[in-house]
Amino acid sequence: MEKKYYVEMRGVNKSFGSFQASKDIHFGIEKGKLIGLLGPSGSGKTTILRMLAGLETEDSGDILIDGKIVNNIPASKRGIGFVFQNYALFRYLTVYENIAFGLKVQKWPKEKIKARVEEMLQLVGLEETAKRYPNQLSGGQRQRIAFARALAPEPQLLLLDEPFAAVDAKVRQELRSWLREMITRVGVTSIFVTHDQDEAIEVADEIIVTNQGRIEQIGSPKEIYRNPQTPFVAQFIGQSAEVDNFRELTGYANAESSAVRAIVRPEYITVAKQGEFLKYSLDSEEGVVEQTAFRGNEIELKIRIKENLLTARRLLDDAPVEVGEHVRVFISRVYAFDEQKAYVIENAALNTQESLVI
Amino acid sequence: MKQNKRKQRRVIPGFGLSLGVTITILSLIVIIPLCSLVIFTAQLSPAEFLKTVTSARVLASYKVSFTTALTASLINAVMGLIIAWVLVRYDFPGKRIMDGMIEIPFALPTAVAGISLTHMTVDSGWVGQLFGRFGIEIAYTRIGITVALVFIGIPFVVRSVQPVLEKVDPQYEEAASILGAGKNYTFFRVILPEILPSLIAGFTMAFARCLGEYGSVVFIAGNMPFETEITPLLIMSQLQEYDYASATSIALVMLAAAFLILFVNAVLQSRSSKIVSGIE
Repeated sequence: MEKKYYVEMRGVNKSFGSFQASKDIHFGIEKGKLIGLLGPSGSGKTTILRMLAGLETEDSGDILIDGKIVNNIPASKRGIGFVFQNYALFRYLTVYENIAFGLKVQKWPKEKIKARVEEMLQLVGLEETAKRYPNQLSGGQRQRIAFARALAPEPQLLLLDEPFAAVDAKVRQELRSWLREMITRVGVTSIFVTHDQDEAIEVADEIIVTNQGRIEQIGSPKEIYRNPQTPFVAQFIGQSAEVDNFRELTGYANAESSAVRAIVRPEYITVAKQGEFLKYSLDSEEGVVEQTAFRGNEIELKIRIKENLLTARRLLDDAPVEVGEHVRVFISRVYAFDEQKAYVIENAALNTQESLVI
Repeated sequence: MKQNKRKQRRVIPGFGLSLGVTITILSLIVIIPLCSLVIFTAQLSPAEFLKTVTSARVLASYKVSFTTALTASLINAVMGLIIAWVLVRYDFPGKRIMDGMIEIPFALPTAVAGISLTHMTVDSGWVGQLFGRFGIEIAYTRIGITVALVFIGIPFVVRSVQPVLEKVDPQYEEAASILGAGKNYTFFRVILPEILPSLIAGFTMAFARCLGEYGSVVFIAGNMPFETEITPLLIMSQLQEYDYASATSIALVMLAAAFLILFVNAVLQSRSSKIVSGIE
């Protein structure tokens, strides 16, 4: 049986002049989910969001919300909440009037508007700002008010365009978990656009990765992270170093699949100084440390193995490693890819060792 | 603590010098002439002054000047807003030329404008003929004065609204639209408040300018005392009779009016800039 989707795009195309922003977009979103649209700048993620909202008109294909085709329904009638990147709060209206805007337009009775606005202000924890103007608020507060304004008319679908782009790093961290919590509490189906993979992985239930106008992969953050299906996703997600021929690496000589190039992520690399214990030392490589960088909670190393420069990490408490030092490196997993697909390949040593244990 | 006493360095130096230049220029072109106005008027006793500025003919001229200037500025506020809107929001062939034409009233000698407008709107002129059929006379009536003032004032409104309108983020309209607002509601609740300060600024500048306009009006007005005689013309005729004191007294009243208008504008502007800057 086919899954019941709340929001759906079927074969949607969109061009701006000669630039094709969306190419044959297909996806479905279940009710109540929080979806992250992730991709580099210019990958067409914002276009998808704007078409859903009715701010752009698709060239072909269908957009369905709650089972109904909404292609010809204008933005004002779609019943969608939208949080803009720069919030687009009305500068000459107070916070109260901003949140009440959508309700007034829908001709809610006065008492109900008042009650709803107060409820929203309470939800976002900014009751005291009701009489202020948007420019008297901090960035984080504006974000919350924009969120309250979008939610006030009780939309069934909430769209957020780069919701954290305009606030500084610390506030962003707070807002992320705050937003996650709010959306869960309100239970509204939400889609947010971001170019920050950490943000998508941390906040979303499901991630749609876009690149050059196409959808590359749809899946849970875990799936996207652990099983990238296309070369682009393998490269884009995580902190990746590329290897031209992964079969040169110890433990991968007999790997199946026709792929030659591969991605190696720091979390699958173990680094040991000479003389330190390394579990699979027979299958490890020798590498030279070219660069070390302090990252606060860990040390990041650039290690040259043959022609490849890989990124690895060591904990702060580990014995320090110096530039030029020869170290043992064990690579437990790589993401190999050819033109079309990405494959997860584990070090042969892991399989044999495991079978020995059994 | 020595460092704290050092003055903050500015990127462009020479504040003292440039302020000096500013004050000198302002004195030469504004303050000194205005002072001489007051000094001349002081030749009259308060009673004489009051009598001069409240004589029936002068009062009638205030009325003509204020009603025509106000009507013209209101028309300009609406029309100027529409022109600015079209020039900012749409692309069409000839847009650049149209944009340039806005300044013609600034560049044209006002007498030229007055003569050509009069020529067009007299009974035998083609506009005059057209309106004549409906029994409307333009030249030598208050309507004529208003027409001339509309011509003079329009660039003030367009040029103050245009740059502000250009900066209004289209996202405001999108946000309003997604919240369910129709076009009219969006315009009056979202866009108009954004451009209102500039519209008021343009309106008051045009109004102040129209109050003082002389060159273009004298030809089209007909200058009938009590009917179509504007205050600046009255000042002129006093001067021609070598009655400097009366002339400057009336001028002083006009000056006070202009100052009041610009003051009201300044108050409104500072209110809106408080909202925008977020400083309470």
